[in-house]
Amino acid sequence: MSTPQSQLRADEAELIKSVCGGAREAFYELIRPYERMIYATAMSVVKNAADAEEVAQEAVLKALSNLASFRAESKFSTWLIQITYNEAKMKLRKARPQLYDSIDDQQQTEDGDHWPKDFADWRPIPSELLEQDEIRQAVQGAINSLSPHYREVLVLRDVELLSIKETTIILGVSEATVKTRLHRARLLLRDSLAPGFDGCWIKGLTYRKVRPW
Amino acid sequence: MATIEISCVEVWREISNYLDEKISPEVRERMEAHFKVCAHCTAVLDGTRNVVGLVGDGRVFQMPDGFSKRLQERLQKLP
Repeated sequence: MSTPQSQLRADEAELIKSVCGGAREAFYELIRPYERMIYATAMSVVKNAADAEEVAQEAVLKALSNLASFRAESKFSTWLIQITYNEAKMKLRKARPQLYDSIDDQQQTEDGDHWPKDFADWRPIPSELLEQDEIRQAVQGAINSLSPHYREVLVLRDVELLSIKETTIILGVSEATVKTRLHRARLLLRDSLAPGFDGCWIKGLTYRKVRPW
Repeated sequence: MATIEISCVEVWREISNYLDEKISPEVRERMEAHFKVCAHCTAVLDGTRNVVGLVGDGRVFQMPDGFSKRLQERLQKLP
């Protein structure tokens, strides 16, 4: 088990020292490796690129102004992503207060099992197809269709590849909750991207080709 | 000792932990024995592994063009 002090990488410690000492231009170097994580975190909450970019910028500015208070009890990246997540939540709350509350209330039904919707032979979607805009949009759309609690955990774990521990810190939930939500999120995503999504085995529905390959 | 059988429902419950290697060797062994004989659960496993791989691909959640540049400009504009 590492001590809290060891959470900070040496190169980051150097950069933080420089920035706090007045070399503010070094700050972009510090956050550059995490730009995509910042963006994905913001997207997981606000769900559109323009808002996510605004959240990302605000979060980075906030991180800069609070840098002196960073205590290295977590990794720098975890601290940065936590700021981003909170900033995104705040934006959502400001923009749509009623919707925000109602969405949050609906998330309390996590007990019980999620049963897969179909058992059709899985025809793998090759990752090369992500070069195509429409495939990327299909995957992005499937992620966006998840409820917020599932989507947020999925993005932190499977997009940003954060550990379960880091995810618990950012979201303020237990390890068990992270595991349950991630599990649900993955199965739901599989359901929505499954070949069966074509509707071909659902009785009464005509075949709709949604997968162009 | 023979492997104790595991039901489909139990397998589905552990699919995600299986992919993350967060299960005991005993459960893993039981699940693997189950996958050998259950095409349904294998389809669920393959599909879930596939979507996890797709979601983790850098091409999903691509930053908009000019994102980094605009961020740097915003930082430079600070008083």
